[in-house]
Amino acid sequence: MSASFENGINTLKTLIDAPIAAYFSSCTNCGICAQACIFYTETDDPKYTPIRRVEPMKRIWEQNYTLVGKLKKLVGLSREVTEQDLQNTVELAFESCTTCGRCTMMCPQGNDIVYMIRRMREGLTAAGLAPKELQEAAVRTADTGSVMGFPMKTLQAQVNAAEKETGIKIHVDEPNVEYMLLLSSAEVMQFNEIIAALAQIFDQAGVTWTLSSKAHEAGNPGMHMGASEIEGEFIQRIVDAAQELNIKNVISPECGHAYYAIRWEGPNVLKRPYPFKVWHIIEVLDKLRAEGRIKTTGCETERLTFHDPCQAARRGGVNVPQRNLLNMVTCNFIEMNDRMACNWCCGGGGGMNTIEKAEPLMQKVFHRKRRQIEELDVTTVVTMCATCRNTLEEGIEANNMNIEVLGLTEVVANHLLKEKDND
Amino acid sequence: MNEIELLNWARGPGLTYATIIMVVGLTLRVFEILMLGRPHEYAETRSSGVEDGIKMVFKRSLPEPRNWKRITASYIFHVGILIVLLFFIPHTQLFRDVFGWFWNGWPNYIIDFFTVLSIAAMLYTLVQRFTDPARRILSHMSDYLAWLVTFLPLVTGYMAFHRLGGDYTTMLAVHILSVELLMVALPFSKLTHTVTFVMSRWYTGSNLGRRGIKS
Repeated sequence: MSASFENGINTLKTLIDAPIAAYFSSCTNCGICAQACIFYTETDDPKYTPIRRVEPMKRIWEQNYTLVGKLKKLVGLSREVTEQDLQNTVELAFESCTTCGRCTMMCPQGNDIVYMIRRMREGLTAAGLAPKELQEAAVRTADTGSVMGFPMKTLQAQVNAAEKETGIKIHVDEPNVEYMLLLSSAEVMQFNEIIAALAQIFDQAGVTWTLSSKAHEAGNPGMHMGASEIEGEFIQRIVDAAQELNIKNVISPECGHAYYAIRWEGPNVLKRPYPFKVWHIIEVLDKLRAEGRIKTTGCETERLTFHDPCQAARRGGVNVPQRNLLNMVTCNFIEMNDRMACNWCCGGGGGMNTIEKAEPLMQKVFHRKRRQIEELDVTTVVTMCATCRNTLEEGIEANNMNIEVLGLTEVVANHLLKEKDND
Repeated sequence: MNEIELLNWARGPGLTYATIIMVVGLTLRVFEILMLGRPHEYAETRSSGVEDGIKMVFKRSLPEPRNWKRITASYIFHVGILIVLLFFIPHTQLFRDVFGWFWNGWPNYIIDFFTVLSIAAMLYTLVQRFTDPARRILSHMSDYLAWLVTFLPLVTGYMAFHRLGGDYTTMLAVHILSVELLMVALPFSKLTHTVTFVMSRWYTGSNLGRRGIKS
């Protein structure tokens, strides 16, 4: 389908379902969603009020699916959505929203605002208005299977290095094993210690696992763009790879949106259930912990806190496993005041961190996270999402905070009981 | 038409028409929503979501402490209006006539207290609509009209009860007519939320519940 204004409008029309109609019917314009949104609280600019981000969709709903709206349109009381309206919405739906979904948790009517923003993005993309950085990321993913464009051979080099470091064989394209592991681009390059960390943990737990050369990353720019077709293509690669290797469990990396895309959106964009289960890596580690298959020693003595990634925790439902693991390997863990489903977003998700224009705004909204961390007087922040980790590191650096950011898998691996510890 | 005839019309045919428009209108609105259907969930869910959906319908009625500054006045008038509507003795008598059974009303001084409190709270929410930047940017003429048609029954009811604003019969007729205006506006404005809030909370609560999110 070629992108055009008409396509955008038609896409929005088809995406309006009963929940969205209920949400628009219930909205009283109370503005409480603004209080939930870092883009409002950190700028005091009411244009960022979350429900405003879907205003064209509201008009399309009213004019097409309600009697009142049809009458209003007939007598000229309701203006049709124009191309300009859609263009104006790009800033609100893409360049100042991480789709973190905190607004959804605060709406007195229970409106899932981010459910609507996800579909608003879909309409804008169908109208050819998706930010170019997201489109480029989608092209890179299509070409290389990697959001940042790292081909399998880059990962293979990291795998070789991890094998050398740990002395553990890491399988690629090994059929009939328990788990197939997917990574994120950031883990292939920046945070590649996760590969060795997982090799050690799985080795100790006796887990058989593999990487796939046909689907080595789970990052999905299709989800950020709101392009279900593209999202589905990337998901299909993973499904094909898992089926080819006869895999029953697929692991999503420490990456919020990748988890949400493959765990929750994937089967719905493909319109069929998977022949395998999907786990966030932290869920797998917690399961191994519960089964007594991970043995750790000592604990992290630093005063530390945990940042819940929006798409994994608030939107994805992974809220408890990380706490079980933290309680196992840390002894000075402090919870943030707003956490789990009500945590404040780091400001980098939803594709925001790739959009150049959004950079100054991202820096501004980070101050919410900064205050949240500073009030706890911690030295370390642990998280389980590569994008959050990057955003936190950049924000901490820019604000001269003396805080270390760690990935949870790595923290667990650091305390793994080694054989020599038993001596 | 004199004031007696006006009152009789308001109590008789007026109320019937308003009730019909409200019931048919709200049914239409609910039907318009349901007709659009809900997408099938293909992902393997953590629960059916039913329990969380039902819980959400009730839980979102509880005040969220993070927003107390912005919701306190709103809570007061919502609760106040419900008390006045459902426990003022003449109202309970009307419902008893219509339904054959209704609970007993509360003493007038309690109703009076909640009426004044609700009027004050509603005035404050109007101030908030002008002064809160987010609320202001979202507000259109329809929001102020919705406020007005909700406000009028409270004020006219108070005036009629205290024999203010002239002739009692006329004031009572005006009060009943203002209620009928509210009833007619209900399905065709944002006041529909009085019914559809159950649906939006149910959809979100059950969607989140399927994914294992407690909200």
